[in-house]
Amino acid sequence: MSTTEAATETAPGLRVVQDATCTFCGCVCDDMELTVEGDRITKAKNACVLGKAWFFNHHVEERPEALIDGQPAGYDQAMERAAEILLSARFPLTYGLSDTTTEAQRVALAITDWIGGIVDTTTSVCHGPSGIAFQGVGEVTCSLGEVKNRADYLIFWGGNPAESHPRHFTKYSLMPKGEFVPNGRKDRTAVLIDVRKTKSAKAADHFLQVKPRRDFELAWALRALARGVELDPSIEETTGIPLETLEEIMDGMKKAKFGVILFGMGLTMTRGKHLNSEAVLALARDMNEHTRWSAKPMRGHGNVTGADNVVSWSTGYPFGVHLGSGFPRFNPGEFTASDVLARGEADAALIIASDPMSNFSQPARDHLEGIPSVVLDPKLSDTARTASVAFTTSTYGINTGGTVYRMDDVPIPLRPAFDSPYKSDLEILRGIESRIRQRQLAGSLPGPAVSGA
Amino acid sequence: MSSLRITGGTIYDPANGIDGDVGDIWIVDGRVVEAPAEPDASADRTLDATGLVVMPGGIDMHCHIAGPKVNTARKMIPDEKRTAEPVRRTRLTRSGSGGSVPSTFATGYLYAGLGYTTAFDAAVPPLGARHAHEELEDTPVIDKGFYVLMGNNHYVMKQLAAGEPGRLKAYIAWLLQSTKGYAAKLVNPGGVEVWKGGGGNVSGIDDTVAHFDVTPRQIIRGVASTVQELGLPHPVHIHCNNLGLPGNHSTTMETMKSLEGHRGHLTHIQFHSYDGDPDDQSTFGSRVPELSAYVNSHENLTVDVGQVMFANTTSMTGDGPLGYYLHQVTGRKWFSGDTEMEAGCGIVPIVYKQKSLVHALQWAIGLEWYLMVDDPWRIAMSTDHPNGGSFLAYPEIISLLMDRERRREVLAGAPAAVSDRCTLKDLDREYSLNEIAIITRAAPARMLGLAHKGHLGPGADGDVTLYSPDDDIQRMFELPRYVVSRGQVIVDDAQIVCDTRGRTHYVEPEYDPDAVDDIQAWFEKTYSIQFRNYPVGDHYLQDPLVVPTS
Ligand code: SF4
Ligand SMILES: [Zn+2]
Repeated sequence: MSTTEAATETAPGLRVVQDATCTFCGCVCDDMELTVEGDRITKAKNACVLGKAWFFNHHVEERPEALIDGQPAGYDQAMERAAEILLSARFPLTYGLSDTTTEAQRVALAITDWIGGIVDTTTSVCHGPSGIAFQGVGEVTCSLGEVKNRADYLIFWGGNPAESHPRHFTKYSLMPKGEFVPNGRKDRTAVLIDVRKTKSAKAADHFLQVKPRRDFELAWALRALARGVELDPSIEETTGIPLETLEEIMDGMKKAKFGVILFGMGLTMTRGKHLNSEAVLALARDMNEHTRWSAKPMRGHGNVTGADNVVSWSTGYPFGVHLGSGFPRFNPGEFTASDVLARGEADAALIIASDPMSNFSQPARDHLEGIPSVVLDPKLSDTARTASVAFTTSTYGINTGGTVYRMDDVPIPLRPAFDSPYKSDLEILRGIESRIRQRQLAGSLPGPAVSGA
Repeated sequence: MSSLRITGGTIYDPANGIDGDVGDIWIVDGRVVEAPAEPDASADRTLDATGLVVMPGGIDMHCHIAGPKVNTARKMIPDEKRTAEPVRRTRLTRSGSGGSVPSTFATGYLYAGLGYTTAFDAAVPPLGARHAHEELEDTPVIDKGFYVLMGNNHYVMKQLAAGEPGRLKAYIAWLLQSTKGYAAKLVNPGGVEVWKGGGGNVSGIDDTVAHFDVTPRQIIRGVASTVQELGLPHPVHIHCNNLGLPGNHSTTMETMKSLEGHRGHLTHIQFHSYDGDPDDQSTFGSRVPELSAYVNSHENLTVDVGQVMFANTTSMTGDGPLGYYLHQVTGRKWFSGDTEMEAGCGIVPIVYKQKSLVHALQWAIGLEWYLMVDDPWRIAMSTDHPNGGSFLAYPEIISLLMDRERRREVLAGAPAAVSDRCTLKDLDREYSLNEIAIITRAAPARMLGLAHKGHLGPGADGDVTLYSPDDDIQRMFELPRYVVSRGQVIVDDAQIVCDTRGRTHYVEPEYDPDAVDDIQAWFEKTYSIQFRNYPVGDHYLQDPLVVPTS
């Protein structure tokens, strides 16, 4: 994939890239029209405010290719050092992965497998509970185009898409005209459930202000109503929503032809966590006794869904996977990065496109700071600052191609805007992997010798 | 140039009429060649196959090993995976998890360990094609490809309703090229759209699909004839309506008749051969005798079985309403995923029990199929992995086919009523090694139109499996002595000794470029991604193989 693919030269030094993809949020809008002047994007047609900021604020920083213990170094030297660190670790941790391409994620998985480490992604700190809920009850879901073409009843729960996923309403869920909802917004009913009245409330027909930490009770009450169970009016005290309102909503839900619940971290990260997600997934599932309903988590980071997929197909489990025994083991809480670090267990880390030093707990940060680490990031993040080896990388989607999975698991190719002087995550990880493999295969490290047969 | 000579083996190569003859096989640069004329010719490597049984590499023509549905199933069943035997990392190979839905690396190694060198995923929604290719690239050793779901595709249904066969033909060709897929797959044609559009299903092939105004019959006939016109190597691959329902035999019979001389492959036919009342599971029974008689007398048809085995497994299907039905029947956790304009999906964990009348009958009905289709060239072995069971059960199925006493032992442990409701106890047929080689390699290769697979004549891929003869047939087929893929020894005595990538196979049928405008206009109105971001680029496939159309 060359950078100039799909670009039209309009004036000298000015190019337009059609159908480029914004990776800033889980919407992964792939209809960007980027005007590129040299190494700057000057226009981003179709992008929302967040997307525009993502594209316009991107400029190639003058930084060394890499830093080894804070000192400038070239890529080759840094890859050597990274391979040494990872090979000599006894309990290495790979973390991050949600802001890079699936191609790079696959190599990160390979490295972690070859060195017998733990691999975890930012899923464990955002929609991990939804992943666990999914393992408990399953999920009835659909692609975003189904929402666009069919959904006549939408419930946004514990999220503020107007500000977190600004084009969700217009491109996928609320506004578009679709095959079975030809009048767009007019054919749809929208409900917002949240603890506070956010900007998204304006877009909804009904706003239900649930009491903080009572999402589970609310979902359970709706499940009861779906089953025809009579509820006591005291449900209002519990959830903050009058029984008649709940009955009215349930009536609408049953009359819908195709309903969708889109839930955010306001649901999954409050009291109850994965039980909240389970309750909402179960509600959507139960509604299929009456009509068609789906549920979807509103994923955040650009390619966190790709990370879930790559970790799953490589190991069989979605995140928090331990490969140190020579085969994959899954145990969230035990093998998730923040826990492994907070317990002081990992003795080296490979961090890809993520900044745990800015958002993990203090004990986790303290431990991470004290162990050798290899960090890949386009920016000098807090985590890169403390790294033993910090690689400066190009930015996916802007400088490099590859694949990104949208929040509904639809894979989308990237069309980069301009070249970066820096290497991509994929190139750097491949360099590290090949160095690790050379040493492993040259050495006499015997692997367990039994194949799966 | 690298060469391999396999000497003195007892060769079963049914496509070339070789039935247990002792001989040599020469492979040069991955392909089988004529034995050199010079008597003292030597090869880079020689495998002494004296006393070993030599067959072409196995071919699984219908399994679920890659793509969105398979990966969702993996995520969904940590409970099963935790106790399943994992695949351990070695010096040369990646690790993986096992069970009914192994991880990608494990899938490649496990197939190779079983002597299978080729496998095709049977149900990929076009929008998930890029995902399926990414997984296939991470599925080592085996050659592979996938079939593209189109039985509930809106554009297909619209062209059928509008009487536009030209547009349909262009679209199917364009879709296969865009997805780099291998064949056209119909799953519960029309029924999945009914489910997606508000719930329910079709009840037979003459129901009308609302909004689109087409019937399953129109979809089956329209796609079957289009596939034939395009000269695709594999005919239309059909998962009939009403899978799993008691009494569905009539739908299956109607589907076969509706093909009217067009070629067609009916998949996991076991699941479609049931007697009884759809609303009453206790009336369940077999209708294999009449269905297999129809297949026997209609050369345009081929089938694979979809054998049920007694074990824990995971049902995964593009048949959305079937997933809901299984969830209701089993009460187990359920995944359903609808893909815009294209397809549905259902996943439910399931346990098949020998003591269950229905399950034991399903097992028996599968075996009836193997034993009642006269011509082994028109039936392929499958468990519809993992739906009826894992592909790892193939050796056990082979032993059941080769040993009627073993079948009777299993039958004796099943509810007595099984024998009243099917004919299995009266079937004495036992498969020969040659017939096993047909239904596991030569026939699937021929059905798929893979001239370079499933045989050991000059020009064939150097895919060879060598077995040590054993009175225990199951053990013999579970542990091949050597497995060779394109001339390289991959498995030596149950160890993977060489990690290769395998090639993805796809087709590139031609289409009228002027037809794309209409496709694009429809696409841009309906899909949630950009038209230009839909086709799968060449770089997703390393070293692919385009199989020619005729
Ligand atoms: S909605 Fe998200 S993906 Fe789309 S343009 Fe805005 S930030 Fe980018
Ligand atoms: Zn199948």
